[in-house]
Amino acid sequence: MANTDVIIHDEKDNVGVVVIEKVTPNQDCNCWIMENDKSAKIQSKSEIPLGHKIAMIDLKEGDTILKYGHDIGKVVKHINKGEHVHVHNVKTKKW
Amino acid sequence: MEIPEIFLGYKRENGRAGTRNHVIILPVDDISNACAEAVANNIKGTIALPHSYGRLQFGADLELHFRTMIGTGKNPNVAAVIVIGIEPKWTKRIVDAIAKTGKPVEGFSIEGVGDIDTIAKVSKKAQEFSMWASEKQREECPISDLWISVKCGESDTTSGLASNPTVGNLMDKLEPLGVHLCFGETSELTGAENVCAKRGKTPEAQKKFMKTWSDYNDFILKEATNDLSESQPTAGNIAGGLTTIEEKAFGNFQKIGSRQFIDVLEPAEEPTKGKGLYFMDTSSAAAECVTLQAAGGFNIHLFPTGQGNIIGNPIEPVIKLTANPLTAKTMSEHIDVDVSKILSREMNLDQAGDELIKSTIKVANGRLTCAEALGHKEFVMTKLYRSA
Repeated sequence: MANTDVIIHDEKDNVGVVVIEKVTPNQDCNCWIMENDKSAKIQSKSEIPLGHKIAMIDLKEGDTILKYGHDIGKVVKHINKGEHVHVHNVKTKKW
Repeated sequence: MEIPEIFLGYKRENGRAGTRNHVIILPVDDISNACAEAVANNIKGTIALPHSYGRLQFGADLELHFRTMIGTGKNPNVAAVIVIGIEPKWTKRIVDAIAKTGKPVEGFSIEGVGDIDTIAKVSKKAQEFSMWASEKQREECPISDLWISVKCGESDTTSGLASNPTVGNLMDKLEPLGVHLCFGETSELTGAENVCAKRGKTPEAQKKFMKTWSDYNDFILKEATNDLSESQPTAGNIAGGLTTIEEKAFGNFQKIGSRQFIDVLEPAEEPTKGKGLYFMDTSSAAAECVTLQAAGGFNIHLFPTGQGNIIGNPIEPVIKLTANPLTAKTMSEHIDVDVSKILSREMNLDQAGDELIKSTIKVANGRLTCAEALGHKEFVMTKLYRSA
């Protein structure tokens, strides 16, 4: 089995979580989808540290981020597939 | 794995069982801390539980103070209790309630006596309790005597991916054996509140949960100056990759596995509806939450962490697990169970759950947790509003 670089909880999710120390730009990452034990690939566009999220598709302003198959917030700045997803481009829908 | 049916615990007068055998010196109020600490310093085998409150509280806040004091004394991990307060009335109320368990308890008040004579008098009683408790032996107890509370802290994305689901796996395996279980953290279920409410076993439990959560959320909306994004997620959470409270909530929620909760408890309230999972209305601050759960009668605690929370509790042993390989390496003295191999797919959730069960039984049998060995004794009262 190839090493897992990114874990995705649910097949519906549009983000994955980096589980190696970091991924570097243009790295080809192996993804494991936990829910159905499938594999996927993603090429990173940013440096992303352990535990941080990577966009699995292009996301535009107003889009909903799905993780665990659930709504975890909204996109506030366009994100390209493979880029780092965090507080600089995603905000809560609460409060 | 075959799950052990017994652990070695201390059988108490009221039929509960403890995983520890503490003799506690419990101050009713802040100004009795000095006396309590002096006694605990004099008499080996006792611990003082100093805290910051207990004066001029009123209403629901005062009731919570009493519930926490009394519940702490009643906890089966406590063999005997000394209560010290500035005045006799509130002291007696706490002593009388703890005495209903049948365990040795005695109260003292300082007013009209002074610290020095009180310390001398209390020390004699504390010595008697300590030597009496030291004769207690561990005996075989059914696993259903375990009351397990859970709370996560300094979470990051590895918590939701692996360490919280490991706790969920343990819950799924142990609940059918008749253990009591408790999760809390009202604020940190924000974003997952509707999904969580659906886990209520009855319409009443579901309704009670939504009311508890809404009351909390109203309070946040009233007090918050803009939003909570400076506190929830915390700086540690954000460093670990958690972006929003919703993401944190769904990760948090993995701790209850596929279980349903049978009731919603007030902070520090003892469950009375029998074995199974309970939700307790608590703050998400680690020490406040665990203090309330211990006061609810829970005798062993599971604490998944991502970035490395180091909390302990004076009476309820706190077992820490992490799935973050960096935390497991850099903070190894705080981590009882390392489940980071889940992330590299060298370990699955079922195996991780089994490892956690084994460690839980070891600690229930008397093995010190990392937090105990390091001397963590965070006893933190929850205050609902300012005093009169």
